[in-house]
Amino acid sequence: MRLDERAGVATALEVRDLSVELGRRPIVSDVRMDVHHGGWVCVIGPNGAGKTTLVHAIAGLLPHSGSVRLWGRPIEELGRRERARSIALVPQLPVIPEGFTVEQYALLGRTPHLGLLASEGPRDLEAVASALERLDLGWAATRRLDTLSGGELRRAVIARALAQEASLLLLDEPTTGLDIAQQLRVLELVEQLRTADGLTVISTMHDLTLAGRFAHRFALLSEGRVVAEGTRAEVLLPHVIAEHYGARVGVIDDGTLGWAVVPLSGPER
Amino acid sequence: MSGPDAAGRRVSAGTRATVLGVAVLVVAVLVGMLVGPVRIGAANVLRWLVSIGDPPPGMSEQQALILGDLRLPRVIVAGLVGASLAASGAAYQAVFRNPLADPYLLGAAAGAGLGATIAVAYGPSGAIELTVPASAFVGALVGVGLAYGLGRSTLGGRSTASLVLAGVAVASFLTAVQTFLQQQRSETLRQVYTWILGRLGTTGWDDVRLALPSVVLALATMWAVRRLLDVIEVGDLEARSLGLHVARLRLVVVIAASLATAAAVAVAGLIGFVGLIIPHTVRLMVGGSYRSVLPLSMLFGASFLILVDTLARTVVAPAEIPIGVITAFVGAPFFIAVLRRNRRAA
Repeated sequence: MRLDERAGVATALEVRDLSVELGRRPIVSDVRMDVHHGGWVCVIGPNGAGKTTLVHAIAGLLPHSGSVRLWGRPIEELGRRERARSIALVPQLPVIPEGFTVEQYALLGRTPHLGLLASEGPRDLEAVASALERLDLGWAATRRLDTLSGGELRRAVIARALAQEASLLLLDEPTTGLDIAQQLRVLELVEQLRTADGLTVISTMHDLTLAGRFAHRFALLSEGRVVAEGTRAEVLLPHVIAEHYGARVGVIDDGTLGWAVVPLSGPER
Repeated sequence: MSGPDAAGRRVSAGTRATVLGVAVLVVAVLVGMLVGPVRIGAANVLRWLVSIGDPPPGMSEQQALILGDLRLPRVIVAGLVGASLAASGAAYQAVFRNPLADPYLLGAAAGAGLGATIAVAYGPSGAIELTVPASAFVGALVGVGLAYGLGRSTLGGRSTASLVLAGVAVASFLTAVQTFLQQQRSETLRQVYTWILGRLGTTGWDDVRLALPSVVLALATMWAVRRLLDVIEVGDLEARSLGLHVARLRLVVVIAASLATAAAVAVAGLIGFVGLIIPHTVRLMVGGSYRSVLPLSMLFGASFLILVDTLARTVVAPAEIPIGVITAFVGAPFFIAVLRRNRRAA
């Protein structure tokens, strides 16, 4: 299915009764989720709520019950490679291979586009060059990954996902470990890609302020269940956060500073 | 700055290493052909090589025989064995994602040794060219399978050392069984014993014929999947998210690497550490991508073993040092260096 055909289907991802057990322990239970084509849904929730497991299940990487449909098609129907051409995953803790250049690393994103024993053609090199350019890494193509800063490395992982040319981008904690400027930069780049390419984005995030500013809809996961779902105004409410995170927060929304979640406990200095 | 320029520079790094590798191989072959108790002379060797085996004028029949029936097959077998062990090491390192994986340390070589011993001691004596490699291949697979299974199940799985610890335990056990079988069959003892210490001393064209089909098949397979080995470098989960059938690739590569190991062991006995020394040295030259590491390991592995073999039959001539002694002499310190580097990284 081509991207322009998909645009006709309003729902990019439809998840119904999705449950995942790991070692007989339920990690994710009966999740229902709809993601509109071109939308950005953020999965939030306390540590251990099952966010990463949910993302991996959506990517088809974990055995699960229930159904996951991608532009109307059950993901089980998609072949391994076809699935990887549709869904790109940026994991929370990517494994960084030793002694690889940025370009060699981003080329891995072309794997689902290549025949099993084929090697990359000009079309693949072009896709990689363009992905690196768009993530401001063109200058770093021949640099070794281990010479990059944390922010550059995160962008290299996203460049790999972009080179995959999938229309659903799964970002698991894309801002972890980055300073505030790099967090904003990564999320702004994702937003640009989303609007320019019509990508659909699902991310997990801990920073509720950033989540609230970038995503359109939110699914609050607690103990493996979706306990709240909807827009920022419907989900990111002080009492909801207090109940599921066990933290006292305030939500401000004024004309000058914009929207933010602020912690209210702790000593005020 | 990117695109063609980047690709261009990457190619040139690999090209430089390839040119160097070919040059070293040519030198190694010449040295292997030249060095020996009977002086033949560089000019004669070159002329003989160029005339593809026809004795050039001025060369005695004996000299031609030495080149054709002793030195050439020995150089070829050493090259095949070196390429096999180095490529298998690189391939095991890729699919187990473990920088210390090596056919010798993994138990693959010991398994192949046991398999070959069973074939020599108990197999039909008529079809030894067939039973020895086949039995060595099965043994190599059993060795790797045991080491991998043990490393994952009992020793906590993920750490780099656990696979090697399991491999060493498996290798010791299989070697013990092998020694026991040898003692039971003392009439074949000498035959097996000389072979176990890494013997290229009795190499002839028979050995070339014995090793060549498996080596070609195994190396061609590893060569074909070298790009996919890069994908495994990002770990199973991410490799699967990129559409790779990781388990299937791992199985194919382990079978190919074990086949190459078995062929090497069947003609040359147990030679350790080549699979460690060569791939890591190649990585220092061209980085971590298996597109370059795998082919260059074959190239440099071949040269390395040809030169080591030449050294082994020269140092204490007319006697020979087992090749495995020399590779261990270089390889054991190398192993410690890799281990230390890996510790620091972790």
